[in-house]
Amino acid sequence: MLKEIRPAIVMIVLMTAITGVVYPYAVTGAAKVLFPHQAEGSLIEKDGKVIGSSLIGQNFTGDQYFHGRPSATTDADPNDPTKTVPAPYKADASTGSNYGPTSQALMDRVKGDVASLKGDTDAAVPVDLVTASASGLDPDVTPAGALFQAGRVAKARNLTVAQVKDLIASHVEGRTGGILGEPHVNVLALNLALDDIK
Amino acid sequence: MTFNGIFQIAIFCIVIIALTRPLGGYMTRVFKGEKTFLSPIFRPIEGLLYKVAGVDPNAEQDWLVYGAAMLLFSLAGALSLYGLMRFQDVLPLNPQGQAALTPDLALNTAISFVTNTNWQSYSGESTMSYLTQMLGLTVHNFLSAATGVALALALIRGFARRSSKTIGNFWVDMTRCTFYILLPISFVYALVLCWQGVPQTLGAYVDATTLEGVKQTIALGPVASQEAIKMLGTNGGGFFNANSAHPFENPTALTNFLQIISIFSIGAALTNVFGRMVGAEKQGWAIFGVMGILFLAGVAVIYPVEAGGNPMIGAMGVDQHASLLQAGGNMEGKEVRFGIANSALFATVTTDASCGAVNSMHDSFMPLAGMIPMINIQLGEIIFGGVGSGLYGMLMFAIIAVFVAGLMVGRTPEYLGKKLEAREVKMAMLAILILPLSILGFTAVAAVLPETALVGLNNAGPHGFSEVLYAYTSATGNNGSAFAGLSANTVFWNVTLAIAMFVGRFLFIVPMLAVAGSLGAKKIVPPSVGTFPTDGPLFVGLLIGVILIVGGLTFFPALALGPVVEHLALSAGSLF
Repeated sequence: MLKEIRPAIVMIVLMTAITGVVYPYAVTGAAKVLFPHQAEGSLIEKDGKVIGSSLIGQNFTGDQYFHGRPSATTDADPNDPTKTVPAPYKADASTGSNYGPTSQALMDRVKGDVASLKGDTDAAVPVDLVTASASGLDPDVTPAGALFQAGRVAKARNLTVAQVKDLIASHVEGRTGGILGEPHVNVLALNLALDDIK
Repeated sequence: MTFNGIFQIAIFCIVIIALTRPLGGYMTRVFKGEKTFLSPIFRPIEGLLYKVAGVDPNAEQDWLVYGAAMLLFSLAGALSLYGLMRFQDVLPLNPQGQAALTPDLALNTAISFVTNTNWQSYSGESTMSYLTQMLGLTVHNFLSAATGVALALALIRGFARRSSKTIGNFWVDMTRCTFYILLPISFVYALVLCWQGVPQTLGAYVDATTLEGVKQTIALGPVASQEAIKMLGTNGGGFFNANSAHPFENPTALTNFLQIISIFSIGAALTNVFGRMVGAEKQGWAIFGVMGILFLAGVAVIYPVEAGGNPMIGAMGVDQHASLLQAGGNMEGKEVRFGIANSALFATVTTDASCGAVNSMHDSFMPLAGMIPMINIQLGEIIFGGVGSGLYGMLMFAIIAVFVAGLMVGRTPEYLGKKLEAREVKMAMLAILILPLSILGFTAVAAVLPETALVGLNNAGPHGFSEVLYAYTSATGNNGSAFAGLSANTVFWNVTLAIAMFVGRFLFIVPMLAVAGSLGAKKIVPPSVGTFPTDGPLFVGLLIGVILIVGGLTFFPALALGPVVEHLALSAGSLF
C-alpha cells in the first residue's frame, strides 16, 4: 500500500496542472476570442463609463424608473462591523433573504412593500414585486410586475400610460424557443429605453 | 401549475432518457480502455502521466489497495487544498486582496470539496481568490467526481467478474474519467455558458455607476470554467454565494436547462454502463426505472406546492396566480427568469443527485416542498445520484432488496448470478446505516446547544430546526445545498459539518468496496427457475419499497418535528 503514496502525490500535482491551470486558461483564451463581451461580464457603457451589467439588477428608487424586486443583499454596518445593514443589489455580495414560509420578519417586510406599492390602486400586487429574489441581483421583473408600475412611471415622466405600456411590451423577453423559462422584462434595459425617449 | 411548466419537465425527462444509452456506451468503451475519438489526443498524455507517477496501467488492484489508493489521493488533495486556502493572501491571482481562510473554514472547505460535497460556509465572491477558485476548487470538482465514478466502476466489476481477486486500477479509472469524459465535455460546456453570459476573466471586479448615480461593484472571475464541472461532476459549489441563482452563474433559461441536464447525465449513463458490463442492459434500465420513479415523485410534490404560493402572503393583497404575465406562486427566494417550474425541477434534481447547486433558495420553500430535498438526500442520493456515488449507493440498496426477497421465499439470494451471503448483506447494511447515524446524531447534539450552534439560525420555530436537520443531512449526504439562512462559518459548525462530510463519504465507501471485493471473488451461479428476476417491474417495486422503508423511515420522526410541524402551524396561521 505504501507504494501508492508516490502516485497519490504525483497525480495530485499533475492533475492540478491540467485541470487547474491548462483547462481554465484554455477556456479563458477561447472565451476572449469567441465571446469577449460576455466573458467580461456583459457590461453596458454609456458615454465611455460603465453603468452596469445587462445581467445584474440595479437598485432603482425614483418614481421615474421601473423598480426591480426586493433584494436581501447587505453590507457591513459602518458603525459596527459585526452587524450588517441592508444594501440592495450589492453585486459583490449575492444572497437571498432565506426567510422561511412561517417567518414573521418575512410577513412584516411583505406587508410594508405591499403598502408602499399599492398607493391608491386596488389591484393586487404581482408577487415578484414583494418577494426577494434568490440572488438579490435578479435583473428581471415579470411582465405583470412591469405593467403594475406603468401608471407611476408615466405620471413621473409626463408620458401617457399607453406609451409606457407599449415600451414594456417591446421589452418582454419570452420563453426560449417558446418553451424554456418564463417571460421576463429586464429592468435596466427598460429604464435605459425610458431615458432615450426624450 | 401550468401546462408549459409540466411540458418543460417532460422535455427534461426525454432528454435524459435519450442521453443515457449513447453516453453509457461511450463511457463503457472508455473504462474498458478501448479506442475513442479522443484517444489520439489523450493517450500520449495518459501514458506520460502513468510513467511519471510510477503506475503500471495493466496491473490491477484488490479492493484494499484500490481503497487505499483512493484514500491517499483524497488525503493529498485535501492537504494541498487546505494549504492553498491558508496562504491565498500571499499567492498570485488575487485582485480583490482576499484574506487567508481561518483554520476551521479551510478544514471544512478542504473536506467539503474533496468529498464531492461542496458545502460552503463562505461566500465565494468575498472569500476566495481567483487562484483558489481555479487551482483549488475547480481541480477538486474534477477529481472528486472522477473518484466517485472510479469507485462505481470498481463495484460494477465486482458484479461483472468471476473468481477475480482484483477490481481494477484506481489510477487508471480516475485518469480516464477525467481525460475522456469530464475535461472534454466541460471545455465545450464552459464555452456555451460563456456565450450565454457567464463571465470568464481574470480581471478584477468592475465598478459601475448606476443610472441613479450609485456605485455598484460587480464581482467577476473565471466563472464559466468552474461552472461547467460544478454541474457535470455533481459538485455544486458556487463561484458566488447565490450559486446557480446568480445571473452570472446561470443567466438564461437555456443555461438552466443545460445545468439540470448535466447534473443527471453521467449518473443516468452509469446505469447503462452497469447494464452493459454485467451483460444485460435491461439490468441497468431496471435501476434507471427505480431512480426515474423516485425522481418523478419528488418533483410531483415540490412543483404543485410551490405553485400554490404562500397563503399568508396571498392574504395581504398579493397576486400569486399563474397567468400569461407572471409565473405566480411562492416567489420568495426565486428568480423571475426561472419561475416556479424550473425552480422546483432544479431543487429536485440537485438533491436527487449529490449536486447541491441551487437556482432558488430552499430555505424559503413552503414547508412540504422544502422537505422533499431533505428526503432525497436522506435516502442516500441514489436517485441518479452523485456521479458514481449514486450508482454504488443504489446497488447497496439492491443487495438489501434481493436479500429481503430471498428471505420471503427461503432461498439464498442471488443478484446478477452472484450469491449474496452474510458478508455482503452486513457490509451493505453497515454502509446504509452510516447516514442516519451521522445525520440524526449531529442534529440531536446541535439542537441542544443554543449558545454554540443555534445562535447561527436565521429562522425561529420548527423552520429553525429544519435548518439544522438540513445542514447535517446535506453534509453527510455529500450534497452541499443548504437551508442557507444558517450562518455556518463558526468553529462548531465548520468542524462538525466537516466530520459529517468525511463520515458520509468514506465510511460509506469502505464497506462498499469490501462488497465489491468479495463479490468479484465469487463464481457466477447460472440462473435457474427459482432465480428472482432483477430486471422486471416486481424488482423495481421491491427496491423502491426497501429504499423508502430501510432508507427513509428512520428519518420520519425528525422530519415530523421540522417541516411537518411547520406545515401544520402554517395551516393554523402561526408565525415565528
